[in-house]
Amino acid sequence: MSGHSTYEPKSGLEKWLDSRLPILRFANDTIITFPTPKNLNYWWTFGGILALMLGIQIVSGIVLAMHYIPHVDMAFNSVQRIKRDVNFGWLIQGMHANGASMFFLAVYVHMFRNLYYGSYKAPREVLWLLGCVIYLLMIGTAFFGYVLPWGQMSFHGAVVITNLIGALPVVGHSITTWLWGGFAVDDPTLNRFFSLHYLLPFMIAGVVGLHIWALHVPGNNNPTGVNVTSASDTVPFHPYYTVKDGFAISVFLLLYGVFVFWLPDALGDAANYIKANPLVTPQHIVPEWYLLPFYAILRAVPNKLMGVVAMGLAIGSLFVLPWLDTSKVRSMRYRPTMRLYFFIFVLDCIVLGFCGAHSPDDPVFPISVSLQLLDANLNSFVWLSRIAALYYFAYFWVITPLMGLTETPLPVPETISSPVLSHPAAMPAGAAASPEKRG
Amino acid sequence: MLRKSLALAALGLALTFSMVGGPTLAATTQEEPKDVHWSFEGPFGKFDKEQLQRGYKVYREVCSACHAMDLMYYRNLGQKGGPFYDPKYPNPNENPVVKSLAHDIQVKDIDQDTGDVISRPATPADKFLAPFPNEPAARASNGGALPPDLSVMTRAREGGPAYVYSLLTGFKAAPSDMSLPAGKYYDPYFPGDLTSTMKPGMAGHKAPMGGAIGMPPPLADGKVTFDDGKPSTVNEEAYDVVAFLEWAAEPKAEERKQFGLGAMIYLLIFSGLLYASYKKLWKNIEH
Repeated sequence: MSGHSTYEPKSGLEKWLDSRLPILRFANDTIITFPTPKNLNYWWTFGGILALMLGIQIVSGIVLAMHYIPHVDMAFNSVQRIKRDVNFGWLIQGMHANGASMFFLAVYVHMFRNLYYGSYKAPREVLWLLGCVIYLLMIGTAFFGYVLPWGQMSFHGAVVITNLIGALPVVGHSITTWLWGGFAVDDPTLNRFFSLHYLLPFMIAGVVGLHIWALHVPGNNNPTGVNVTSASDTVPFHPYYTVKDGFAISVFLLLYGVFVFWLPDALGDAANYIKANPLVTPQHIVPEWYLLPFYAILRAVPNKLMGVVAMGLAIGSLFVLPWLDTSKVRSMRYRPTMRLYFFIFVLDCIVLGFCGAHSPDDPVFPISVSLQLLDANLNSFVWLSRIAALYYFAYFWVITPLMGLTETPLPVPETISSPVLSHPAAMPAGAAASPEKRG
Repeated sequence: MLRKSLALAALGLALTFSMVGGPTLAATTQEEPKDVHWSFEGPFGKFDKEQLQRGYKVYREVCSACHAMDLMYYRNLGQKGGPFYDPKYPNPNENPVVKSLAHDIQVKDIDQDTGDVISRPATPADKFLAPFPNEPAARASNGGALPPDLSVMTRAREGGPAYVYSLLTGFKAAPSDMSLPAGKYYDPYFPGDLTSTMKPGMAGHKAPMGGAIGMPPPLADGKVTFDDGKPSTVNEEAYDVVAFLEWAAEPKAEERKQFGLGAMIYLLIFSGLLYASYKKLWKNIEH
């Protein structure tokens, strides 16, 4: 799809520039004339939403950094001063803090969409890998950012997470000390986390550039998963998708606004309104909601080092997914059995999130009896998270490879246009039941 | 041998899987906060200015004896949305009510000519006077307990304003089977574990909900005289001071909601326009 450029410089200045730095040609080819499958549904709008969220986080973050003080004695109050005394500080800080949650919400939708429609499969493996790198950088950025307000949850979260590195054999403690810049989470730690929190978003922006480049070589996947075969399968990106994405972005901003304007603290923890105190540990240390599933996997394993390994593997499994999937059919529209496993997987991730939010020993069902098996109480979140973690890994390492070999997919349309032009009569039986609204 | 151990294992499974009583482990308990509502709740909620004025008086005359509000300045009282805001004085530092409220309070300063520590009347630019110079002094005066800063108190506790209100109005005499340590008070809304305070021989009794708090019941009927003549019951004092604390926790909350309403209406119209454009544009594209 990267075919030849259709850009025609019109004015003299454009011609002059085009023979020196063809930047206008590049812009024209990537966001104006770029041929895009015409059957993309609303799940495809999250790429644009994510680009906007990255922009909002960077711009609001740069302004916050002008007022924030990375010092253990002043960080907490400086964030409060931003909300109280900086003009529109409450808005900028609220957009940034809630923006992180919205960014993750969008990235999870984007990733699940990818899994459902098999967008990671050839020839888009590099595109997927770059996306995984972005996700990894996002986790790091979010973690560093959460430490900066220096509330109780910031501080003790930082202690718990940095201590995980201490679980590594031999070098663990040296690395932790090096990372802390001392022998505990303290002022040097806060300073370097602030520095890294400012750095990583620009690294994300760089990888996003590569991500978009890698998208524009094979072009978009689409809900049918079949390749674009002719020009009649596509429409130019502008105005068709600029307007459709614009609509989706505007609706997404409405959701974002509900949190920023009316529920600014709903996604946060009350304990983070208490200034960090190393001597008082909060009763339950929990990360932000978007990292809870991994936190649950970490705690599901009794051994600390193995827990860290499991958590790493949970993210690592994403990286190798293109090579675990043996199915020739991209879209799960035509894979009814796999689709079932996929929906269980989505549910499983949500269950893991709930497990991460609860104390491991808390009962799952509020009954006054426990289901005792030897010395284990099965009615506890730690056991639920063990079962859920098992399914999480099985989905990648067992179900995905096996299903591709054993299932019989439904007939796949010849071209993108064929199910479109003759629908609904000729639509494959599975397509009607697919959850997405066809845009 | 194998069969026997299998049978044993099955028996063990059957025994252990049978439902046994749940663990009676000690755990933190507390009563659910009372069902209480304020004018500031909801997306259109606003603070009642007179209530904030009464609330400030309760803070000033009762709470501030032990609790600091490190993030508050006297000028905040006269800023837009504050208890003593007067549109005639957009700069709160010039607001005469705020000036006189501040003037009643003596703060420490350094004499610029001699370097001596002096006392002078506070100005609107000063921070709320803290009751203790440092943490050890605060602890020493409160039986080892540290009265927490109240600047963002209603945000810093699960349950928010309703929790703080319930705590302030929820003090009870300790049940007879419980013996509290000296300087501790029983409040069923305060999170805690009272198992260890049960009197000897009362071990069979279930510890009551709630915890032992280091703060004596701070409010009493008639403790504060409200300037607007409102009867000062414990409930009213608590209700007003919690409203004040909620305002202080986020003085820009009203601005946030108002601005938000405008932004959301804008976005709603914008979304409608984009949707109409999208439908029109795609009308002839079979997809």
